[in-house]
Amino acid sequence: MSDATTILIVDDEPPARARLREVLADLAPEFPHRIVGEAANAPEALAQIESQRPQIVLMDVQMPGMTGIELARHISARAGEGDSEDPKPMPLMIFVTAFDEFAVDAFEVNALDYLLKPVRGQRLLAALVRARTLMPSEHLDAIDALAKATNTRRRHLSVHERGRVILVPLEQVVYLKAELKYITVRTREREYLIEESLTSLEDEFNDRFVRIHRNALVARPSIAGFERVTPTGEGEAGDPYWQVVLREIQDRLPVSRRQWSIVKGLVS
Amino acid sequence: MEQVKAAGTTKDYKESYGPSESAERAKARRQTEGAPAPLIPDCCNVGVCLRSIVILNGAAIATAFALAPDVTLTWERLLSIALILEPALLLSLGSLCIVRKWTNGQHLNVQWVVGLAVPGLIAAAVAWVFASSPSQNADLSQSVILSMTTRAVSAAVIAAAMYEYFRLRARAYAPSFSEARLQALQARIRPHFLFNSLNTVLGLIRTEPRLAEHTLENLADLFRVFMRDARELVPLDDEVITCKEYLAIEQLRLSKRLQVAWDIDEMPGDALLPSLLLQPLIENAVHHGIEPRMDTGLISIRITKPGDRVRVEIDNPICATPAVRPGNQMALSNVRERLMLLYDMEAELKTGAQGDLFRLHLEFPYRKERRRRDVRRNYNPDR
Repeated sequence: MSDATTILIVDDEPPARARLREVLADLAPEFPHRIVGEAANAPEALAQIESQRPQIVLMDVQMPGMTGIELARHISARAGEGDSEDPKPMPLMIFVTAFDEFAVDAFEVNALDYLLKPVRGQRLLAALVRARTLMPSEHLDAIDALAKATNTRRRHLSVHERGRVILVPLEQVVYLKAELKYITVRTREREYLIEESLTSLEDEFNDRFVRIHRNALVARPSIAGFERVTPTGEGEAGDPYWQVVLREIQDRLPVSRRQWSIVKGLVS
Repeated sequence: MEQVKAAGTTKDYKESYGPSESAERAKARRQTEGAPAPLIPDCCNVGVCLRSIVILNGAAIATAFALAPDVTLTWERLLSIALILEPALLLSLGSLCIVRKWTNGQHLNVQWVVGLAVPGLIAAAVAWVFASSPSQNADLSQSVILSMTTRAVSAAVIAAAMYEYFRLRARAYAPSFSEARLQALQARIRPHFLFNSLNTVLGLIRTEPRLAEHTLENLADLFRVFMRDARELVPLDDEVITCKEYLAIEQLRLSKRLQVAWDIDEMPGDALLPSLLLQPLIENAVHHGIEPRMDTGLISIRITKPGDRVRVEIDNPICATPAVRPGNQMALSNVRERLMLLYDMEAELKTGAQGDLFRLHLEFPYRKERRRRDVRRNYNPDR
């Protein structure tokens, strides 16, 4: 293991990646580094970050499927997860963007660095040197602030399963249910497990999901109706309560008494 | 469906990147956009006054000459016209100058009523003053009423003609609103395209210098066309070359993701069309059909000549994710507007979704090139 900083290049355009590679090669004497991979889109980038653990990610902002800013949110949401001996890596991110005055404005207010295309060698060097001095926590805050400033919400949930990263589009999610350490993400077809907090998910996606219980968020469009059930069996019959009836899937979820007053207005 | 999506995209983009514009300002802007254009010209303006006075007096002189039975009587005729015309005209200009502040922003019908009533009433009043003052008798005899009515009606007719003249004049001089909006949009998109292209070229220079050279040539040609007057008519051959140069640049950037199928064997290359009519449509297809997708997408372009019409069909795949830049709706509506201006009802532009394809169908009359150019542009994509 050498001292060379490990770098991942993420850009959907091959000539843009070539350009970054060349500029980095020019900077090698001043900034020893090793390019550990290249990715053309967000899923590729997430997989590479998982396997290669780069220290710095050079990331295009305008990419198909998912913008660089959304991708950064996925990366930062996953940072620090995993086992304590082997925490998920948190690479430092430097954004690369084509001309876009508004996006640049959003960057100005944050600690994150950005480069304008076409990228200049000296500018890239300055950003790389600066990135090394940045504390990871500052970096996380900056990404949150940037996402807020540019009004970027995640449109997918990233799930890792057996070393692979799967992006589940938010529109496919029927409900999110907290179970012990994990959250179950239920889509029409299947279930996934993610490690995030239900509260932060609720904050981020409150226009789509509504909390029906301490441990569950349900997608508003998936709510077909409610039904009242009286618990029976095992002797003591409890108070009757309400359940959510979902479209497309058979599962029923209980509504807590506290949330009922909020939830009942949804279906009329 | 594409329209809804596109409009949404533009809005989201604006909202997410431009937090500075307050809701009030946006609302105020909408109101000004929604209000009908003022009908009554700014009569406080010296230019407008002068124009009205010169035109109407010119007309009065011509009328006097035409109607006088004898040349010697012309002067008398003119005097009698001027006696009514000048006070009525000056008073009308003065009153309209004041009234206009109130009528602006009112419904167009209200503006018409006020705009015609003011000169009409003033003309009637002037007529009444002249008819009644010599006799000292203020009763409204039938002849006085008749003369007042005719003066009022002719004043209203003259006013209507003047409004129409000022309206046409304003339209001829001011660039159309959508044109201005499109220019604002292009001012944002063109640099984006320019910087992306420059970045592409920089990425090629070391490994593929020839390709880099060729790309810069394409870029130079494209910007030459971009800077040309958009009202210029060009042969279809030239427009297709522009499109191919544009696509060659995008091809490098998007590589395998972009596939293009041209079907132009039956294309009438000498047909004339406004410059940059097709390129924005193809840019649109790339922008909404290819750029947002991760896998390969095909744009197919077919140009044929059914009868004496030119038909252009452009298909691109529909993407679930929104595009990264704004502008679909505007490019389409601008092309539609330019077609209307040039061909009126003879051209049509239809768009719609068919399965997972977005299809654009454009037809306009086939008009041939008037003269062959000595120097024709050539394009060889394999060069």
